[in-house]
Amino acid sequence: NSELFTLTYGALVTQLCKDYENDEDVNKQLDKMGYNIGVRLIEDFLARSNVGRCHDFRETADVIAKIAFKMYLGITPSITNWSPGGDEFSLILENNPLVDFVELPDNHSTLIYSNLLCGVLRGALEMVQMAVDVKFVQDTLKGDSVTEIRMKFIRRIEDNLPAGEEITTQ
Amino acid sequence: MESRFTRGKSPLLERPLGRPRGEVSLSAFALLFCELVQYCQRRVYSVAELQSKLAQLGHQVGLRLLDPLVSRERGGRRETKVLSILLFVKGPVWRALFGKEADKLEQANDDDKTFYVIEREPLVNTFISVPRENSTLNCAAFTAGLVEAVLGASGFPAKVTAHWHKGTTLMIKFEEGVIARDKSLEGR
Repeated sequence: NSELFTLTYGALVTQLCKDYENDEDVNKQLDKMGYNIGVRLIEDFLARSNVGRCHDFRETADVIAKIAFKMYLGITPSITNWSPGGDEFSLILENNPLVDFVELPDNHSTLIYSNLLCGVLRGALEMVQMAVDVKFVQDTLKGDSVTEIRMKFIRRIEDNLPAGEEITTQ
Repeated sequence: MESRFTRGKSPLLERPLGRPRGEVSLSAFALLFCELVQYCQRRVYSVAELQSKLAQLGHQVGLRLLDPLVSRERGGRRETKVLSILLFVKGPVWRALFGKEADKLEQANDDDKTFYVIEREPLVNTFISVPRENSTLNCAAFTAGLVEAVLGASGFPAKVTAHWHKGTTLMIKFEEGVIARDKSLEGR
């Protein structure tokens, strides 16, 4: 049920605001928690969706917007604003289930309320060998008309074999 | 006092409460809840504290859930009898939260203040495994806090706790005044 989800997230953010004194710390904590969730979410996603390996960043973007967001949050953001090099794009969310019923008071104007989402995207993509930078560009809570998340591909993460397990040919 | 209030920037308060727009997947909620539990766990030193922190969070959620639920399910009319508020919790509240009614509602044999809501497999405990050293921990403490807030804000102050019994049982203990009032209502 989406209301329970929204309210639980709200309770979490409220608790974080009480525990940490400033918005920056809350933002960082939300990002970290999102990262932890993302790392586990990717396995659940791959198991349930049967999507194969994505060949490039564009495919990744499509999969995220059309399949993942729909599967977990019931919304389908649109993809726009591709950079000329094809390594950056924006996800536009018209409505964000995390912020139903939420208003940001004036003394928390630097709080990125939905920062958990950034962490989730970052963590999930890191597990499929992509290092990305994710951040909010527009936020309906701050008065913008839509919520926009900008994702930038940084590099492909090479598989690092743990020391001692290197494959040697004899 | 710091200004906690927005200056009416958004039309949020004028929005109708209507039906919720969409469903969110179970995994999304479960993952969020797990993270929440882990966060609380890092900041407390005992199981009892963890349960009370979870109950506090559940409390916040329950307070905010009550109004939309009452206005949708009961057309804005509040319950005045103990039995009807309990049936409300077991039925519509549970259904709105978890998609199904609670498994059982029972009254304690020896105590007319105490009732039990029994759920074999509570949704909040999916994907949570409790290690042996914390065996008294039950994350349904979150649900307990939620129900406590719902009952309290409806005018039936009670204490709700979660126990491992036939699955998960929420023990609801109403305050004296509530039962006395209920009896006098019935007498009329």
